[in-house]
Amino acid sequence: MTARPPGGAAGPRPAPGSPLPDTSGITDLFGEEALAGRQVALIDLLDRLLNGGAVLTGDLVLSVADVDLVRINLRAVIHAITPDDPAPW
Amino acid sequence: MTTDVPAAPATATMSYVYAVGRAGPALDAAARGLAGPADGPLRTVASGPLAALVSSVPADAYGEEGLRARLADLTELAALARAHHAVVDAAYARTTVLPLRLATVYLDDARVRAMLDERGPAFAQALGRLEGQVELGVKVYADPRAAAAAEPEPQAAEDPATAGRTPPEPGAPGPGRAYLRQRRQQRRRHQDAYRAAGAVAAGIRDRVATIALDRVAHRPQQGELAGAAGENIANDAYLVPARRVREFRRALAGAADGLPGVRVELTGPWAPYSFATPPPPAAPGEPR
Repeated sequence: MTARPPGGAAGPRPAPGSPLPDTSGITDLFGEEALAGRQVALIDLLDRLLNGGAVLTGDLVLSVADVDLVRINLRAVIHAITPDDPAPW
Repeated sequence: MTTDVPAAPATATMSYVYAVGRAGPALDAAARGLAGPADGPLRTVASGPLAALVSSVPADAYGEEGLRARLADLTELAALARAHHAVVDAAYARTTVLPLRLATVYLDDARVRAMLDERGPAFAQALGRLEGQVELGVKVYADPRAAAAAEPEPQAAEDPATAGRTPPEPGAPGPGRAYLRQRRQQRRRHQDAYRAAGAVAAGIRDRVATIALDRVAHRPQQGELAGAAGENIANDAYLVPARRVREFRRALAGAADGLPGVRVELTGPWAPYSFATPPPPAAPGEPR
């Protein structure tokens, strides 16, 4: 598969040298309000939807297997895999 | 089930399940006004005391082939993940539900009911555990470059004895030594940032130990999707009573003060995705 998402789903990165907000404190990505229209980072979501959530096999033999497939296909995108540090899944 | 699935006609639909909760008006209300990934309306499918949040999806798009293609494409995967999350998130705002893993699909509602019957006691137990709880994410980053940026310019403090001499004498320890010193400094800064980040991560676990009910360590985020600066060294999810979220946030305040090479990010509250699967009975040392 291609390693780079066509839509640039990783989101904009800060320009090199740009001041990051509050580098020494806590970056509270949601603040005191609840989710209120804030789009969560895809990687945080995938951590939860591919590793968390109650696992039911479902009727499709491939549905759970496909999730495993996703991790294999996308592992270069989601996680950098090195020989010393293989994916746990 | 591991049985073979009969081929479905192209126009057929299947039942995509987002979450399981207790049957009742709260879950019914959550289903109203929400749409699934295929823009179909959501409904509840109940059996006994439990009900599933379900939407119909086209069998061709969400069957084995369709799903395989969808999950293999990051744009499609992202859309599905966000649609799934939108439903779970909205439902959890109203009532306790057990979020299911992405892409849990049944042939029809009868099969969903059979699943509810079969897993009923386990669901009820899991729902009881999650009642009134939310998930908060805490990520700790080591960022040596931020530490470097916060330090004074190395030349300014360096070797005042030779500072005024120009040009440097040919035989004198000049650029080479400065280079080595810089490299040493860089390495030290690197080690300091990682050590400090590890200490901050451990400190946070201590700070919230009496607030959080449980913790799951996710794999540190790397790769292209991890767009944040620095290296993620801890990626923890905490199960926290909803009424103590503010207290949790306060407990984190100042955790990285005075450490420019360490950054802490807090996400959530989330529906308790990371705690939806009960921990395995005995698997010490096995990350979940």
